[in-house]
Amino acid sequence: MLVTVRLFARLREIAHAAELTLDLAEGSRVGDAWQALMARHGDMAAYASSISCAVNADYSRMTATVKDGDEIAFLPPVSGG
Amino acid sequence: MRDLFRVSDQPLDASTVTAAVEDAGFGALATFVGTVRNHNAGRSVRWLDYEAYAPLAVKSFERIAQEARERWPGIRLAIHHRTGRVAIGEASVVIAAGSAHRGDAFGAARYAIERIKQIAPIWKREHFDGGEVWIEGATADPDDPSARQIAMERACS
Repeated sequence: MLVTVRLFARLREIAHAAELTLDLAEGSRVGDAWQALMARHGDMAAYASSISCAVNADYSRMTATVKDGDEIAFLPPVSGG
Repeated sequence: MRDLFRVSDQPLDASTVTAAVEDAGFGALATFVGTVRNHNAGRSVRWLDYEAYAPLAVKSFERIAQEARERWPGIRLAIHHRTGRVAIGEASVVIAAGSAHRGDAFGAARYAIERIKQIAPIWKREHFDGGEVWIEGATADPDDPSARQIAMERACS
């Protein structure tokens, strides 16, 4: 199944992409998408303990299962205001 | 339709945000304007570039307003945040809180800015004399009760 991944700030720069598509196995979790990203972009490992995630523009958890067509976002520590 | 929660690359107007929460029953309107300052951590700042996950940012603002209403029933909040390049002295965020009495308006506005810094999916890239750097603050977790507690203590101090 295909999911869209949105990346922001430093994560976007590491991947040289704000958005990309991943082909994941059925039943995959958000964390599986993160592992696939880290396999492609080793520098992302520095964020393994500090990122947040969202699915379809709602905050989610790495353990949440995803389905075909979902939009997963990985969010480095925020600094709004 | 008055826009209570907005993420925009256009300059912010404090009076517009404040007008969005006006109500004949309110005796207090507290407006907070966060501006870009020319120094940070010993660096001379030239400008900031803000990036946001806009749909989730707007939902975060709505969530913050709901949290504030749990503590201060009857208040109304509006939050507008800027994205893109923001010059020194310009507003990056405007928060307006309206309530019957001043204490609730001040408290809700302070609570909102503390929570924005904790959970709004927004990032600033600082351009300073000699380089640029992403500013990374809190790991966003809206369900973390301790972060919410910290924001509430600051709002009520």
